[in-house]
Amino acid sequence: MHELSIMEETLNLAIVSAESQSAQRIHHLHLRIGLLSGVVPEALRFAFDVVIKGTIAEGATLGIEEVPILCHCTFCDHSFEPKDHYLYECPSCHQFSHTLLQGRELQLTSMEVS
Amino acid sequence: MCQDCGCNLGGNVRIEGESLLHSHPNHSQDNHSHADHSHDHHSHHADRPHVHPKRTISLETGILAKNDRLAERNRGYFLAKNLTVFNLLSSPGSGKTSLLERTITDLNDRVQVGVIVGDLETDNDAERLRKTGAPAVQILTGTLCHLEADMILDAAQKIDLDRLNLLVIENVGNLVCPAAYDLGETVRIALLSVTEGEDKPLKYPTLFKSVDLAIITKIDLAEAVGFDRAKAIENLQRMAPQAKILEVSARTGAGMQAWYDYLLQLLPTRVSLSLA
Repeated sequence: MHELSIMEETLNLAIVSAESQSAQRIHHLHLRIGLLSGVVPEALRFAFDVVIKGTIAEGATLGIEEVPILCHCTFCDHSFEPKDHYLYECPSCHQFSHTLLQGRELQLTSMEVS
Repeated sequence: MCQDCGCNLGGNVRIEGESLLHSHPNHSQDNHSHADHSHDHHSHHADRPHVHPKRTISLETGILAKNDRLAERNRGYFLAKNLTVFNLLSSPGSGKTSLLERTITDLNDRVQVGVIVGDLETDNDAERLRKTGAPAVQILTGTLCHLEADMILDAAQKIDLDRLNLLVIENVGNLVCPAAYDLGETVRIALLSVTEGEDKPLKYPTLFKSVDLAIITKIDLAEAVGFDRAKAIENLQRMAPQAKILEVSARTGAGMQAWYDYLLQLLPTRVSLSLA
């Protein structure tokens, strides 16, 4: 349950960025969250409602784009999206991969301000 | 970063009893005060409603970028100090402190170990480790469920690092949150005790996928608790194919030699910069 601290950090980044561009309000934040980031989107939404109170983002909405996991099989030398969220078995050679091409993202990608 | 992770009980990160003051922007202070000045563009056009158009700012910022940056700073610092650093992660009670106690004692003449211990409260673990003769610093996180890179550098300043060749960070007992925070370690190690069951790696994928080594502990209790060793190893290999696996009992000493061999080959060898 580190979503509250992650959301606070996200909001701090957003506020600093908004202020550097002379924005008065933040209306929307858009995040990219990998399925293997260890962060639960529902918990982030809950934390968001808590941390925006009393800030220039009060009343803002939150968009979360979940990033699917993409692995690389070093035996077959190709990329694949694993069937299981956590066990990354190559569909061709059935070896378990540990080379992750995407899925750990925790990014603030954009925001709407005025 | 925030100290209110998981709950709002407040609290404060302390290292050896001293408060660690983070640069922790308080949101109520982030509000820009207009009391002492006015913005020209707002005082114009009093007869017309003033609307700022909405616009989109593209950022592509890593949310943990600050921690990652500080972790890289730590890594460079430890490299310069010629230190190998372990980040030990596990559930509470899986035997991190016992493993360390025995390791420090057994390798007393070969490895100079220092320890940074993270717990929510009490410095019992640091106290236990100091009895081995190793310097140990306790970070009390209050309500925070993990350690962050900036706390590590602050805590490391309390130890004479020049006398060490191995620094072990005993993270807060938790298999979820610490996985997301790089501390600048050389290797990341997960402990899994036989009493926790062989399916633990399947329940905490983010953490097990991030480790270099998984150590199955308390193997002397395996039979008593009906631990399915083959299943546990299979689960680890499928969930964390990158990780090396070791099995130990800090109580009986079983398997400890393989752990020491692993540890010793990771210690820095002094590189001579002499051009002669």
